[in-house]
Amino acid sequence: MAAGEQQERGEIAVTPAGDGALLVRLSGGWHLAGGIPSLDRIAGAIAGGGVRVVRFDTRDLEAWDSAAVTLLAEVADYCRQRNVTVERDGLPPGLQRLLALAEAVPEKEGARKSATRAGWLERIGTGGLEWWESSREALEFLGESMLAVGRLARGKARYRRFDFLVVLQSVGAEALPIVTLISILVGMILAFVGAVQLSRFGAQIYVADLVAIAMVREMGCIMTAIIMAGRTGSGFAAQLGTMKVTQEIDALTTFGFPPMEFLVLPRMLALSLMMPLLCVYSDVLGIIGGGLVSVGMLDLTPVQYFNESKAAVTLTSYSTGIGKSVVFGVLIAISGCLRGMQSGSSSSAVGDAATSAVVTSIVLIVVADGIFAVLFNVLGI
Amino acid sequence: MTAATPSVTVRDLTMAFGSFVVMHDLNFTIPRGSVFVIMGGSGSGKTTLLRHMIGLNEPAKGEVLYGTDNFTRADPETRQQILRRVGVMYQGGALFSSMTLAENIGLPLGEYTRLTPEEIRQVALVKLALVGLKGFEDYFPSEISGGMQKRAGLARAMALDPEVLYFDEPSAGLDPISSRLLDELILELRDSLGATVIVVTHELPSIFAIGDACLFLDPETRTGRPYGAPRDLLKTATDPQLLRFLTRGESSKEAVKNHG
Repeated sequence: MAAGEQQERGEIAVTPAGDGALLVRLSGGWHLAGGIPSLDRIAGAIAGGGVRVVRFDTRDLEAWDSAAVTLLAEVADYCRQRNVTVERDGLPPGLQRLLALAEAVPEKEGARKSATRAGWLERIGTGGLEWWESSREALEFLGESMLAVGRLARGKARYRRFDFLVVLQSVGAEALPIVTLISILVGMILAFVGAVQLSRFGAQIYVADLVAIAMVREMGCIMTAIIMAGRTGSGFAAQLGTMKVTQEIDALTTFGFPPMEFLVLPRMLALSLMMPLLCVYSDVLGIIGGGLVSVGMLDLTPVQYFNESKAAVTLTSYSTGIGKSVVFGVLIAISGCLRGMQSGSSSSAVGDAATSAVVTSIVLIVVADGIFAVLFNVLGI
Repeated sequence: MTAATPSVTVRDLTMAFGSFVVMHDLNFTIPRGSVFVIMGGSGSGKTTLLRHMIGLNEPAKGEVLYGTDNFTRADPETRQQILRRVGVMYQGGALFSSMTLAENIGLPLGEYTRLTPEEIRQVALVKLALVGLKGFEDYFPSEISGGMQKRAGLARAMALDPEVLYFDEPSAGLDPISSRLLDELILELRDSLGATVIVVTHELPSIFAIGDACLFLDPETRTGRPYGAPRDLLKTATDPQLLRFLTRGESSKEAVKNHG
């Protein structure tokens, strides 16, 4: 078929040919670029009644492409519904064959999706069931991962040491630059906020206490957890999701390696080992960041700032932060791996899994932090 | 539209990754309206050649011409225009997983034609009917089987009525019957659309059934030679590598006689 640059539209002329026949004349160049002539003229003539046969005259048809095929397929459909015969002899042989091909495979019974909208009650019900199902899956996953930890403790878990070391490096050393940047900035911001308020009372020295306690108890572990959720949790989900798409997880299972031990365990272990270290690192850098602002803005000497900070931080508050970071590490690893293993097998499903892993872990981190706050308050820590 | 006009011409094409030469000095011409088979063993560079011909990889040397337009030397806009006359069916279908089948086919139509959304859907339905997927327009690629994904990929490749249709391993992963139906579909489309069809494959039954001409990539000499219709090659070919390939390794003269 000649692909022309011409943009003209194909022409249709409909003339009754007597004896219940309708003659459809197609002429000009029919190109998709020029749009598809509408079915209305032909449909109108047929709806007028008395038409039993549709014939075609294509002597003036210069060129055609899918535009003609599409219209003729519509005509054929329309005529079939109204018991009008379509005589295709007048069409070019290529068009006739394409039309025959389009009708060669009949629509499969019940294949078409019915687009009925569910009622609100049904949607609430389905939503509830889905929620129940996904919570069950999450609980099951949690249980299985705990069993895997149990097997690890008894030295029976099967995983590659090398994989563990690779994960360890990627969640530890490779995360340092971003943790450095964020922690120093958070420390500086805390110091700024404190400086403005405390200098009103001439209590600038307490900026050191503010920064030290906030970093050590809350900000250090929370900020590292949120960084790691975005950086590593999503990475875990995308990696495991892709492994599911490429059937690598199936291959592991058939070799007798439980994915829970082979894939999830090293990630969980690595993250819960590295999180406290990153948290300590973040605490120190946050305090240094606060110090930069205090010394620069508030006429404190570095020694004053250091001594005040040292006095403010107790071993209890220091260890609560570190303890929380271990829990956050486990939560991030579990939600990342869970979403990855739940992922569907298409590229968009992997994207959804990564998104959902970050959302789940951040929600879990904040909720867990709230529970810790209440707990520590009750226990008077 | 005579059979003699070249549709695609490849001149002195050398494909290389860094210093590793995959194939060197390929020369062949594909006549308009023919079915051209690019064959060779696994890893001989068939798919790499296809990628070079559609501009996904850059040749180390040589050029690819569509009609009289030099594709390799063209600037990006001209390339895009040439590619609009080309459709590609990828090995796994390569359907966009976030779109339904109708949306997959409608995507290029919406971009390169001025059709209304209803018209685009109509065209998409016809294309799906052509590949035997009537009624599946609102399915997502992940909801249909691998063979159906391939056929939907073909429907998408045909969306803009291309003059040149590429097929990358059309029968890989299909059962013999589906693969034969796909071969027939390819021939039918070539006949009714008048398109040039270029098939990359190593499936012998399909090579013999559909090829009008072929190119054999020889991994030993790292070059390829064009031949005539594959079904005649069993009698006429003298190249031992090619004979081995065509007879599935039984390349002694007796085996050739038995096949002939």
